Amino acid sequence: MKPDALLYPAPKGLYCEIGDFYIDPVQPVDRALITHGHSDHARAGHGQVLATRETLDIMRIRYGEGFCGTSQTVALGETITVNGVEVRFHPAGHVLGSAQISVMAKGTRIVVSGDYKRRRDPTCLAFEPMPCDVFITEATFGLPVFHHPDDRTEMRKLLTSLKQFPERTHVVGAYALGKAQRVIALLREQGYDQPIYIHGALQKLCDYYRSEDIDLGELRPATLAADEKQDFAGTVVIGPPAAFADRWARRFVDPLAIFASGWMMIRQRAKQRGVELPLVISDHCDWPELTQTIREIAPAQVWVTHGREEALVRWCELEGIAARPLHLVGYDDEGE
Amino acid sequence: MKAFAELLDRLVLTPQRNAKIRLLADYFRSAPDPDRGYALAAIAGTLSLATVKPAMIRDLLLERMDEVLFRYSYDYVGDLAETVSLVWEPPEDVVPDDIPLGDAIEKLQTTGRANVRSVVRDMLDRLDTSARFAFLKLVTGGLRIGVSAKLAKQALAEMGSKDVTEIETLWHGLAPPYLPLFQWLTGEAERPVLSTPAVFHSVMLATPVGEGDLDGLDPKDFAAEWKWDGIRVQLANVGGTRRLYSRSGDEISGAFPDVLEASDFSGIIDGELLVGGTARTNRATRTFSDLQQRLNRKSVSRRMLDEYPAFIRAYDVLFSGETDVRAEAFLARRAMLSDLVERASPQHFDLSPLVPFSSWEELDQLRSEPPDPVIEGIMLKRLDSPYTAGRAKGPWFKWKRAPYNVDAVLMYAQRGHGKRSSYYSDFTFGVWTEVDGLETLVPVGKAYFGFTDAELEILDRFVRDNTTERFGPVRAVRADRDFGFVVEVAFEGLNRSTRHKSGVAMRFPRIARLRQDKLPHEADRLETLQAMIESKS
Repeated sequence: MKPDALLYPAPKGLYCEIGDFYIDPVQPVDRALITHGHSDHARAGHGQVLATRETLDIMRIRYGEGFCGTSQTVALGETITVNGVEVRFHPAGHVLGSAQISVMAKGTRIVVSGDYKRRRDPTCLAFEPMPCDVFITEATFGLPVFHHPDDRTEMRKLLTSLKQFPERTHVVGAYALGKAQRVIALLREQGYDQPIYIHGALQKLCDYYRSEDIDLGELRPATLAADEKQDFAGTVVIGPPAAFADRWARRFVDPLAIFASGWMMIRQRAKQRGVELPLVISDHCDWPELTQTIREIAPAQVWVTHGREEALVRWCELEGIAARPLHLVGYDDEGE
Repeated sequence: MKAFAELLDRLVLTPQRNAKIRLLADYFRSAPDPDRGYALAAIAGTLSLATVKPAMIRDLLLERMDEVLFRYSYDYVGDLAETVSLVWEPPEDVVPDDIPLGDAIEKLQTTGRANVRSVVRDMLDRLDTSARFAFLKLVTGGLRIGVSAKLAKQALAEMGSKDVTEIETLWHGLAPPYLPLFQWLTGEAERPVLSTPAVFHSVMLATPVGEGDLDGLDPKDFAAEWKWDGIRVQLANVGGTRRLYSRSGDEISGAFPDVLEASDFSGIIDGELLVGGTARTNRATRTFSDLQQRLNRKSVSRRMLDEYPAFIRAYDVLFSGETDVRAEAFLARRAMLSDLVERASPQHFDLSPLVPFSSWEELDQLRSEPPDPVIEGIMLKRLDSPYTAGRAKGPWFKWKRAPYNVDAVLMYAQRGHGKRSSYYSDFTFGVWTEVDGLETLVPVGKAYFGFTDAELEILDRFVRDNTTERFGPVRAVRADRDFGFVVEVAFEGLNRSTRHKSGVAMRFPRIARLRQDKLPHEADRLETLQAMIESKS
């Protein structure tokens, strides 16, 4: 069958009419398949939700028990049938529990990548390329300027700075799900064994990662009792990026602003945010990974969604691969 | 080049002066020669390198990259060197390699025009992203990393535990890659001995008159001079070599060929660089605003020379002919200076006049009502003081005219850096004017100090509670006729500005007081500020 008949963009998100389900819908629907737990992909209020066990756990942590009507756990690699449509989940390498979703009917297979990356991440399973007719790829960093450097080089910058400025608090902005835990795990891999202080918003998710046997070392809350005085000099504090513009940050002595994000590749971005030490650590593919993945999977068609769609479509054109932008709305372009 | 590139990346994003100094000093300590010397030259602006045109860099890139993809990338990044550094993909058979900074520069300096293209391409292939960026900034001219030569010298002083004036004294006699300088700083060699004449000598600076500083001092021991509102300079003509330096030791000869040409005496003098006419030609001294037309230029047109003639109002003499006279007393030096100026071109030199006075009260009165609008206060110099480098308290005082004040309304606030990153601490304020028949606020300046920590808490709270719009890190705050925040802004002077919508620019503005007792409509009007400029010219 024609791929457009199997899956197409509708106002609420990518819709499979035969199976009567949406993938990562941006508004409440009767049946939703969710790729991963980031809030622009995993929203509360759907009737039935199908996702990996970890993604369902994360949604429960973020939204509470009543986040959906009913939930169904889908194991990675297992084939399930939804109204005659064969559905399978495969690791996407984005954050803990993240999956690509493969949808097949009448001999046509479409793989929805969700958000994904190709490099090693100590906190989640690696992306598995799946053969398909149509590959729907994200394009968050879909511009040739994005060549993310090695994580270890980036983490070494942080360790160097801790030595160079031992009197300052190193405050690292990192998104609460995935990035924060990955930064912690990478620091531990580099041998940093001091306690790491975390913002309250990270506590539950860090606890969850630990319950999934991901080693984060000693974490302490970066909170103070009313009568307590501590200046956090020389420590690493991790919190959601927005918290550092907040009054919360005033407890830290001479804070050195750090931000762990793929956007930190661009100097002006770092400058605008007042970041002193940018760490280019991304949970998305950079340009070479995006193009290499498309070459590797070699689908008949590529559909491009959220991000810088036009450049990746242009690249496909130059490579003689049929490609088009999907123009899905509602996903956070800043998805880092 | 990796270490240098990393240093640049850090410096660009580091706002604090002391942190910059530490980053620089650490780099100078750890980088080898001659790399660190070339890095110093690049930062201090003393590196001579035939620059590569941006068009060539673009061409090199388009040999390999689709033009449409390049355009998308460039539109997104906005800076050519950065775009190219990021999108550049070396051929697969090229082994990445860290080319030492010194090798790269020496290679470029010895490459003929015909080969530049292939040399640049080869280096771009071998360097990593960050080093590629540093390299591109070097070859296209202009690092723009917010570090002055002065700050670099400060870092050298820190590195070698020396006084910065020692480094300034040596500076103009040395050249990249500064091997003898670094050997001296690391203790491997003696202080370098200079052979080049006309080097810069650190200037003598004054301390401000503080509360009670003049108590117990006898007015008879001091001479007073006007403090002119130009820029302090040092002019040297030694062994036929003529040089003009700013007070921090930056050479500005190129912008003032008229002054240089006229300096046909032998020696080194200290004075104020101004534009307009000298007292000897009986024409008026013009404002700082006019002087600015001549500053920061590499070369200067005939028309500029005619419209904004520059001259030096002499304050002091350091060398008379070949003789160092700095140890002589002020009065003795002044007699020599007077002689020297007498013989020099009347259009380009005059002597800063002494201001007669008999008591501090009388001087205070003179200070607040100076006879010329281009005077910004009084200088006090001990009659028996030698000329000593630096800012020692006692021999010289500066006593500035009281600052100007206006009441203005807060319009925008931006988050600060470092310690202040969780505070809205950079404020843009405006005054009222009529636009299309409506009373409107126009921004007239920006200030980020002057207030106490407690006052900052109050300002920050006001911003957070009264934000009307956000533009990235900037917030617009409520500022209506009857609701808003009035601040008293103190500043040293006003210039005409084509860059600001209001047409005025303040010098050295700071927030002197919070005026919560005032409503926004009671704040000052633009016409008041415009009148202040008019009265000056």
